Formats: sequence, structure tokens, C-alpha cells
Amino acid sequence: MLARDAWAELRGRVIFWFSAAVLLVALAMAAFPGLFARLGPNEACNLRMSKHGPADGALFGYDLQGCDYWSQVVHGTRASIVVGVAVTVFALLISIVLGLVGGYYGGVADALISRITDVFFGIPFVLGATVVLVAFPDHGIWAMTLVLVLLGWTTMTRLMRGQVIAVKDMDFVAAARMLGARDRRLMFRHILPNAIAPVIVVAMLNVGNVIAGEATLDYLGVGLQYPDVSWGLQLNIAQTFFADHPHLLVFPALFLTATVLSFLMLGDVVRDALDPRLR
Amino acid sequence: MRYAAQRLAQAIPVFFATTFLIYAMVFALPGDPILALAGDKPVPEQVLAVMRARYHLDEPLLVQYGRYMLGVFQGNLGETFTGQPVSELLQDRWSVTAQLALTAWIFELAVGIGLGVLAGLRRGGAADTAVLAGTTFVIAVPVFVVGYTAQIVLGLNLGLFPTAGTDEGWPGSYLLPGMVLGSFGLAYVARLTRTSLVENLRADYVRTATAKGLSRRRVVGLHALRNSLIPVVTYLGVDFGNLMAGAVVTEGIFNLPGIGQQVFQSIQLQEGPVVVGVVTLLVMIFILANLAVDLLYGVLDPRIRRARA
Repeated sequence: MLARDAWAELRGRVIFWFSAAVLLVALAMAAFPGLFARLGPNEACNLRMSKHGPADGALFGYDLQGCDYWSQVVHGTRASIVVGVAVTVFALLISIVLGLVGGYYGGVADALISRITDVFFGIPFVLGATVVLVAFPDHGIWAMTLVLVLLGWTTMTRLMRGQVIAVKDMDFVAAARMLGARDRRLMFRHILPNAIAPVIVVAMLNVGNVIAGEATLDYLGVGLQYPDVSWGLQLNIAQTFFADHPHLLVFPALFLTATVLSFLMLGDVVRDALDPRLR
Repeated sequence: MRYAAQRLAQAIPVFFATTFLIYAMVFALPGDPILALAGDKPVPEQVLAVMRARYHLDEPLLVQYGRYMLGVFQGNLGETFTGQPVSELLQDRWSVTAQLALTAWIFELAVGIGLGVLAGLRRGGAADTAVLAGTTFVIAVPVFVVGYTAQIVLGLNLGLFPTAGTDEGWPGSYLLPGMVLGSFGLAYVARLTRTSLVENLRADYVRTATAKGLSRRRVVGLHALRNSLIPVVTYLGVDFGNLMAGAVVTEGIFNLPGIGQQVFQSIQLQEGPVVVGVVTLLVMIFILANLAVDLLYGVLDPRIRRARA
């Protein structure tokens, strides 16, 4: 019932369709960059064209190595989308398990989970990630994902735990228990579906934040490294030259902002749709 | 009072666990700092042994950590592998980062709450739409893009602010970097204030206050706003620590000689003692800020105070 109401509300929102469209394009670019880009990553670069601005045949101009910037920016999509989505999915799984266990059983398990959450919550994001990433210089996209999960699962876990505690004392849970439902059935069939909506919303917002965080680490030079292609890396190179060659900064920043913005707006409209109090 | 003691008892193990985690992460890094000191030259075994013993690198990690924390509580953050005390290295830099974070924080607090109230009072109005759209945009644009754009447009082209360095002192040199650093938090504060105020303005106690004949200003300012600020205070408390730690990027763009720059250099040079020193102090600030927030709740909302007593 709630889902159908939410969908009816979502269908009428321009912002929903707009951000969904942008994300669809971004997903397509991440999955099939060949459909959009003329050239492969770091392919057919000509140093003579280094940093040349937009011109005929090169819509976005050329990057520092003289590669076609449009193709490079398109290929940069995959890193951001993969990291953003993978980190959020893993963090969501962790938060569901820990939140259910802590919130439902309470007692020692809950206290332990809460304190561990506090410990990881207290580690500063940029500095913590930098320490780990510098220690393992040969990291690829999956090592980045691991580090970002490690530093990013706490917020959703806290929220999930709070939700479970709020839901577990409701009448329908008591009714199910009296009908003989076991702990696991209570948790997954009765509590989880009724507790998860706000966590899903935060997860959507989280995808945007993770993408921005990944780009920040790339930009600082501790994230992905050449020959990987990502928006953060492009911005890292652009910082030296952007005063004279603004196109180096503008295009990856535009793609990055549009993607992050779409995830944030999607999260916002879904929250509005799920929360009738604000209507 | 009992509540305060209880919170403190929870915060202490968290502090030690977090700092130990950082300590282990930094000193478990592959790469031998003593070998790195010598560059490409081979180091004689005896020299290695003496140096390892001098910096206690030959003891178990937990003992090293205990020794280190004992020093920290006596105000000694250890020394770098070249013999310079870490606290000396950080002395001037702390004040730069603290001024930067404070500027950003004040900016978040004043402008963020102001915009949030403006938007929340007229939900659906032009100001509300503008604030919502503007803040979403600010959250989505990466901070380094905001930084460079602001530096070029406001600093270089319009000449409103100094573009880099700390020559003008506080506040001149810190205004633009502070605004850039605080922009993200400002957007969150504005949105939180708005949502919270909108919910509270519909509450029964606000209707009662209005029905009693109180002025609109008093109803909003004293009754609704005070309750609405609880989540905002939480965020502002947590965010002060984030600002100090997040200053790495902003300090880089505006060339401010703060701890962010120092620690970033140190991580890349594998100067473990500096990294651990800074992060330990940051964690301390972070936990203290959280503690202060929890205690402030009671002041803002008597219901919380009683429920917990």
C-alpha cells in the first residue's frame, strides 16, 4: 500500500524523472562506454594536441596527454558509478545485519555493536582513507571500495538500529510472535520490511556522497592512479592548469556534479514520497 | 549528572579503541622508516638495531601504543624520525587550522540557521524553493571545484578576497577558505533547520502558544525554534571535528600552512609519529564535541533531561 502511494506521488514529480533520466544515462555510460565514446581509454592520444580547447571533432577539447577529452570523461563514469553503488550496497548489507542483531537482541550484543560503530564513526574520513591507501600503493577500484566501506558503514547502521528498536515493540510483531514465529522470521519478515524505508533513502543519498568522496581521494592523488580513468583523476590534473585551460576542470566537474546531484535529488523525492507527514 | 558520568564512561573506551586503530593502521604500514631515512645506501645491522631500540620499534605494537599514550597525556606527542618534537612541528599549524575551522563553523551556524528559518517559515514559497535548490547544488558540487571557482572568481577576478596565504591574518585571509570549507555543512544545517522547523510549527504546543496570544516572533523564536535546533546542534557538534579533519583540501587550494597540509605530507613521507599525533588529537576533539552535544541536549530540551535522569 505504502509502495503504491509512494509510486503515485513519485510519478508526478518532475525532479524524479529528471534525476532518473540522468542516472540512466550515467549507468549506460558506465556499462557501455563504447556507445558514447569514439575512442577507448587513453587511446590515440597526440601530445601535440595537449590541453587544446574544444574544437571541431573534439567536443570537449584535449587533455594533458592530448587524448580526446570527451572519450576520457565518458570512460571516467565507470569508476564513480561502480565505487558509489558497490560501497553503498556493502555498507547497506552490513548495516542491515548489525542493525537487526543489535536492535532486536539488545543487551551485550547491542552494546558491543554500538561501541564498535562509535569507534569507526570517530575516524576522520579523508585522513583515515589516506593512511590506508598510501600503505597499499597498488590499489585498484576494489581496494578503494573496501576502504570506503570500512569508513562508511556507521551512519546507516545507527539509523537501522534505531528503526529496529522503534518497530520491534509494535503490536504486529507481538502478534506474529504469539503465532509462534521464530526470531529470524520476526526479524526478516516482519521487522525489516517495516524498518528499512528511511535506511534506503539514506543509502540513495549515500551513493552521491561516496562518489564525491572517491573523487576527492583521486583528486588528492591517493586514490586511483594512471592508467585508470576517473573524474577525480582528471580534476587532479586540471588543478594545475585550470586557470589557462578551464575546459580541463569544467567537463569532469560537470559530469561529477550532475551524477552526485541526481542521486541526492532522487533520495530527496523518494523520502518525500515515503514520508506522508511532510505532505 | 549521572547521565554525564555515564556518557563519559562510554566515551573513554571508544577513545582508546579509535586511537589504537589509527596507531595500528599507521605503524603497520609496509615500509621501514629507518631504511627510508638512509635513502638508497645500505644500513649496517648495528645501526638498524640501535635506531629500532631508540624509537621502540622492536617492541610489540600494544606496548608501543601504551608508551605513546602515556606520553600524550603528559603533553608529549613523540618526535619525528629526524628528531624534531612533533608538538613543536604542529604548534604554529594548529592555530591556522583552528582559525579556519572556526570561521567555517561560524559561517555554517549563522548563515545556515538563518537560511533554514527563512525557508521553513514560508514552506513552498520562493525563498524556500531557492534555498532547497541552492543547498542541493552546493552539496553535490565537490569542495575542490567550489574552492577553485571561488578562488578564481571572487579572489582573482573580482579581487574581493586575498587568493592565498595567511598574510592578512584573521579574519581577512580566512574568510574565503572558511566559506568554501563551510559550504557543505551550511547546506546541511539549512536543510535540517528547515525540515525540523516545518515539523515543529505544526505541533500542538505551537498552536497553544499562538492561541495564548503570543506574538509570532515569540512563538517562532522561543517555542518552535528552540525545539527545532536539537538535530541542528547535533550536526554542528559532529561537524566541528569534520571541519578540522576536512581542512586538507581547503588548505591545499588556498595554501594555508595548517595541520591538514602537514599531515598529508607526512602520510606520503611515512612520518608515522606526525600522522598519529594529529589524528589522535583530532579524535579527541571529535569525541569531546560529541560529548558536549549530548550534554547540551538536556539544556535545550527538558524532556530529554528528565527521561534520562
